[in-house]
This record gives sequence, C-alpha cells and structure tokens, in this order.
Amino acid sequence: MIEQGASATGSSNEDLGAARRDLVLASLAFAVSGVGFGLVYGLAAREAGFSLIEATSMSVFVFAGAAQFAAVGLIADSAGWPSIVFLTALLNARHLLYSAALAPWLAGRSRLERAAMAHVLTDETFALSLAHFQRLGRTDVVGYWLAAGIDGLSWPIVTAVGVIAGQLIPNPAQLGLDVVFPAAMAGLAVTIATGRPEVAAAVAGAALAIVGGIVVGPAVSIVAGGLLAPIVGLLFERDGEPSR
Amino acid sequence: MSVDLVPLALLMGAVTYPFRALPLFAPTKDRLPRLVQRYLRLVGPAILAALAAGNAAFIEDAAGRNVFHLGIEWIAVVLAVVLIGWRGNVFVGIVAAVVLVAVGRGTIGA
Repeated sequence: MIEQGASATGSSNEDLGAARRDLVLASLAFAVSGVGFGLVYGLAAREAGFSLIEATSMSVFVFAGAAQFAAVGLIADSAGWPSIVFLTALLNARHLLYSAALAPWLAGRSRLERAAMAHVLTDETFALSLAHFQRLGRTDVVGYWLAAGIDGLSWPIVTAVGVIAGQLIPNPAQLGLDVVFPAAMAGLAVTIATGRPEVAAAVAGAALAIVGGIVVGPAVSIVAGGLLAPIVGLLFERDGEPSR
Repeated sequence: MSVDLVPLALLMGAVTYPFRALPLFAPTKDRLPRLVQRYLRLVGPAILAALAAGNAAFIEDAAGRNVFHLGIEWIAVVLAVVLIGWRGNVFVGIVAAVVLVAVGRGTIGA
C-alpha cells in the first residue's frame, strides 16, 4: 500500500505510524466539525421540504457540503434545477485542482481504485492526504482512505440524523466548530509550505481569495487563488532550483 | 416518502464527479512537462491558503449573501497557524482555535 520506495526499517515504520496517528487526529477534528454541520444541513434540508431519502441521497451522490447547503437554499426559494446544477458545478470546480495536485501521487493505483478515490475527494481529504504524503515523501494509500473514511463516512449518516432530530442540537457555530475548517486548512498549508515558492503561493492564494472574494464572491475567488497563486510561487523559484 | 429530488442529487453528483476524477486519469507525472509538475506542486499550499482565507474572511448575512467580516476567527486561524508551525501538530492547533472562538463568542460575542 505504500509506494515510491518505502522502507520496512524500524525508523521508517515509526515515521509512518506517527504520521498516520497525526492524520487520524486531524481527521477526527474535521469529523467533529462535520458532524455538527451535517446535522445542521439535515435540519435545513427538512425545513426546505426534503424527505429523508432526498437529503441523504444528496450527501451520498454530491458529497460536497457547500454545494448541498446552496442547493437547499435554492430549493427553498423555488429555483429551477438548471440553476442549481450550474451553481454546483461552479462551487465544485475547485476539486479539479485537488485532483490535479494529487494525480502524481496516485498514478500507480488501479483505475478502479482511482475512480473510487475521486468520489470521496473532498476539501478535507485533499488537505489531509496531500500534507500526509508530503510529510512522508511518498504515497500512503491507507492514509488517503483513513482521511476519506473518517471525514466522509459520517456525512450521509449525520445528514439523516439531522433530518430526523436536527432541531435538538445546538448551532455548531456557537461551539466554535465553524473555525475548524479555516484553521485546519491554514495549518495544513503551513505544513506543506516548505520553501519560498510554496510560502509565496500560499500568501498569494490567501490574498487572492480575500480580494477576489470582496469583488466577485468567495466561491470564484478561491478557485482563482488556487489557479493563479502557483504562478506567483513559480516566480520565487531560484534559477535551476525547483521547489522541493 | 418523496424521492422527487433524488434525480437532482444525481445530476449534481454527475457535474461534480468529472472535476474530481478527470485529472486522476490524465497522463502520469513522468509524462507531464516539468513546468506543469512544478505548478501542480504549488497548487496545494495555494488552494489550502485560499480556502482558509475565504472561509475566515466571509460570513453570510441575514439575506444569505457572503460579506467580508473581521472577527475573532482571524485571530483563531493565526493562532492555529502559529501552533501548527511551532509544534507540527494540526490537532492541537485546531483545538486551540475552537476554544478561542467558543470562549470569545461566549464572553464578548465576537
């Protein structure tokens, strides 16, 4: 399961064990936040008129919280399906960048496995697995599935619970759980920003997301940051010294 | 129980999946130009930082519009970055950020 020159020596196994332990802990933090927002999503979906099957099927087939929340709001406003599908594509276009960045790491896997990996590729799975791979310096497929499983499997389940009993839970924002996502994303960016080009790309990405968000809205500006900021990072590479 | 919206869920999934899958089936790393490889290596920090900034800097107003917002979330994200950079432990950074925001909202309504 471990590729690209993994060693079976003691120190290597210790590194792998420590890295997986940290990965699981970070995944659990995301999962706690995800449970809170999954419940809220389920409740919002019910109030918008979704049945249990409809709300849960969205969590299974779309598997992307932001797009699902947007769809619930649009359904509640009686928007047409084409506009919902278009907005979903816009909101989820960023996954193209995740997939492209992970493609070199997952190139050795079978087509069937990559097809399955693609469906569970979320913001959280991308961030956790990329940081994990870069820490190890190699692919760890078990790590990918740990991140995807811990964060992803609970989503349809808590959606269903939210539809049935969502009104019983407190607002996750009151508990500070809404900060888990930006804090973890920023922290994971720090762990993989190992040189000047990476730091420059991260700073440019954040700046573009904020400035662009004010001008055109955060959904578009985040994609723009992910697309354009790496170009800024490339400008910071020294001649003949690519980023690590 | 209604299933009228299940086809919509399938359509939403159908437009999302290609974004997730297509690059995974594109030419492998060794066949990509070196510049593209270097670019892809920088996508990770760029998009993660963009996600962090975009989620910390904007909140939904009563009308459901995303508006720029300066709040305790910014301090919490900076705290997480400092802790994670210092200790190398993502979990500790996240917990510290959550505690700061929960306490801040509980005491000052930030």
